[in-house]
Amino acid sequence: MLSFVIRRLGTMALTMLCLTMIVFFLVNLGPNLKKLAISQTEMHTSAEQLEAWLVNHGYRQNFFIRYGQWLGVMPKQPVTDPATGKPAQRFSFCNDPVVPTFSGILQGDFGCSTKFKTTVASKLFPALSATGILMLCVLAVMVPVSLLIGILAGMREGSRTDRTLSVASIASTATPEYVSGVIFTVIFASWLGVLNGSAASASQGITFYNFTLPVMTLAIYGIGYIARMTRASMVEVMTQQYIRTARLKGLSFGSVVIKHALRNALIAPFTVIMLQFPWLLTGVVIVEVMFRYQGFGYTLVEAAGNNDIDLLLGCSLVSVFIVLITQLISDVGYAFLNPRIRVQ
Amino acid sequence: MQVEYLSAFNVVLGVLTRFWPVWIALALVMGASFGYKKKLGLYGQLFDSGVGIVGVGICLFWLFTAIFASTVAPFDPLAQVPIMKDALPGAIDPQSGLAYLFGGDKLARDVFSRMVYGSQIVLIIAPAATGFALMVGITLGLPAGYYGGKIDTVLSFLANLVLAFPVILLFYLLVTPGIMDTPIPYAMAGLFFLFPIIFFSVLFWTRYKNRPDRLYILLGLTLVVGGWIYAGLVFDADPFKIIHIDPNQLNIFVAVVFASSPGVFRIVRGLVMDIKTRDYVAAAQTRGESPWYIMLWEILPNARGPLIVDACLRIGYTTILLGTLGYFGLGLAPESPDWGTAIKDASRLLRSFIHPALPPTIALMSFVLGLNLLADSLREQSMKD
Repeated sequence: MLSFVIRRLGTMALTMLCLTMIVFFLVNLGPNLKKLAISQTEMHTSAEQLEAWLVNHGYRQNFFIRYGQWLGVMPKQPVTDPATGKPAQRFSFCNDPVVPTFSGILQGDFGCSTKFKTTVASKLFPALSATGILMLCVLAVMVPVSLLIGILAGMREGSRTDRTLSVASIASTATPEYVSGVIFTVIFASWLGVLNGSAASASQGITFYNFTLPVMTLAIYGIGYIARMTRASMVEVMTQQYIRTARLKGLSFGSVVIKHALRNALIAPFTVIMLQFPWLLTGVVIVEVMFRYQGFGYTLVEAAGNNDIDLLLGCSLVSVFIVLITQLISDVGYAFLNPRIRVQ
Repeated sequence: MQVEYLSAFNVVLGVLTRFWPVWIALALVMGASFGYKKKLGLYGQLFDSGVGIVGVGICLFWLFTAIFASTVAPFDPLAQVPIMKDALPGAIDPQSGLAYLFGGDKLARDVFSRMVYGSQIVLIIAPAATGFALMVGITLGLPAGYYGGKIDTVLSFLANLVLAFPVILLFYLLVTPGIMDTPIPYAMAGLFFLFPIIFFSVLFWTRYKNRPDRLYILLGLTLVVGGWIYAGLVFDADPFKIIHIDPNQLNIFVAVVFASSPGVFRIVRGLVMDIKTRDYVAAAQTRGESPWYIMLWEILPNARGPLIVDACLRIGYTTILLGTLGYFGLGLAPESPDWGTAIKDASRLLRSFIHPALPPTIALMSFVLGLNLLADSLREQSMKD
């Protein structure tokens, strides 16, 4: 077990290294750097001045040297102030070093956000905690509801309840966030007026009024999928011999479902719920932009839209980490829950 | 000048009559399929269940809407009639006397016509991109599952690499205006569009190796047609000027294929690992068939059930991806009538007007729902065998 986890962690590190390198390559393409230089200098700067800005801020160094600097295996060089010729900070708003230092991801320095004019860490981590709250609320709604729907549908396969709930869950998987978000806003904010169509005020304080719509919108897409998986697992368990034995012993249908079927039927949905995190991540971006909630997704869109290199790299690192760690947890957890599985 | 309005009943009636070519085509196809359902195999079996009929019906409805878009839509999707700005549903354009059945948007365009024309974009890109993703996934998944070992390790690592990317980040990186100036989208297109040609060449080569008369015709046909489409799509150098793709659309297309082929790869790999232990594969191996013959002519036909179901689901998923791209304003032109862009434009103004938002959302939802219902009933029917 331990060697399995260690091997997986090794693959994880390799994957993260490859992915950040790809992201690093893509954000440093010529046109993207030009966009960055234009946004960071004053209006109507000539092409030579843009180039000079890029050279001066170290964006024209060798690709691998810069990647190494970001990673923390190469020393970060201070820029030379063109007026005085002395070494100066690269970006004054980030306390960049004036002497060459190793300061990268490995040292815990996420770099400098050019869009928000602050360090990446001070922007990214508050955003992550805001998204964490949203995620918690979504999971608190999504998991019980979808398990309940799945169990009710899978209890008696082919019954009218099963048909209705199955079609309802198919419908919910056919509704992406940007569709359900619009429909819910129309119904609950425009027509009924009971909920707020914007979650911008949720950063100050979360209330039922401003937070229900984003949570509902995010939960609805996942509910259908988890419910269908739970139903399939429940249907399979209900055909097992031990369920028939329990029924023949004279136990009531309800107690058979709760005591015998449920525990075995909930193993598969656990994996599915864990693997839902990457999906939730995309959903979070859509929902946060739609409802103007200042979280991780909103930050990612701002970073990508403005080609904020360090912030975007930080965002991708975090999201890739979440995807991979949930995969690992789902594999290890599955082995713990199901004693018939042995990991090698 | 005063704008006149149709009553709600007349709006509904107007919408139903505008779709007349769709209803006729739908009635013909559904009637014919129902009549001959015994002879139509898996497709015919779909008509045994209510879910299947609804699924086929919705998918065909949007297919015919896309085909007959120019007849169904009363207005040009980009035409602006200034007096109809933000007009409510049923407003009558005083000049042409035709009604804006679902009202006008903030740029005074007809919401109904835009929804109808939007179906064209979705129904061309989504199935085509899914097709290419299937080709890439199958061509790489077969050897990974069959040989295992190093090939499998490398290909699986690459697939997991792409799958670990959040889709939205991938799109922001791959579908920016700046990337059109670099050779990256063209290089990726050149790579992905090569797969169908390789696939069909190997397919025919393994089967007809010993029958040159057949082989040369099929191989020649593959290379000529494939090369023609390839030249048109990747280099925009179609000598007859028939096949042409906008650089923007090529970029979207490539990004969508890139995002969804690892999923196909994983499914194919899993299926192959399961099927290769069967007796008929062992029999073919004993006969001395080449590995690629076994993969393409023994394993692949037996994996078709789950692959068809997956393809249906994947077209729906691709539609959702295209909508996401439109919603974030990536790739597609800002005035493009596709559903995602329309939802983006309308959702910003939900506080004042809700009518431009509803048609594209319901259209997208119903199309994906139709595909999911179709996939569900296909899965049920293929499990019965």
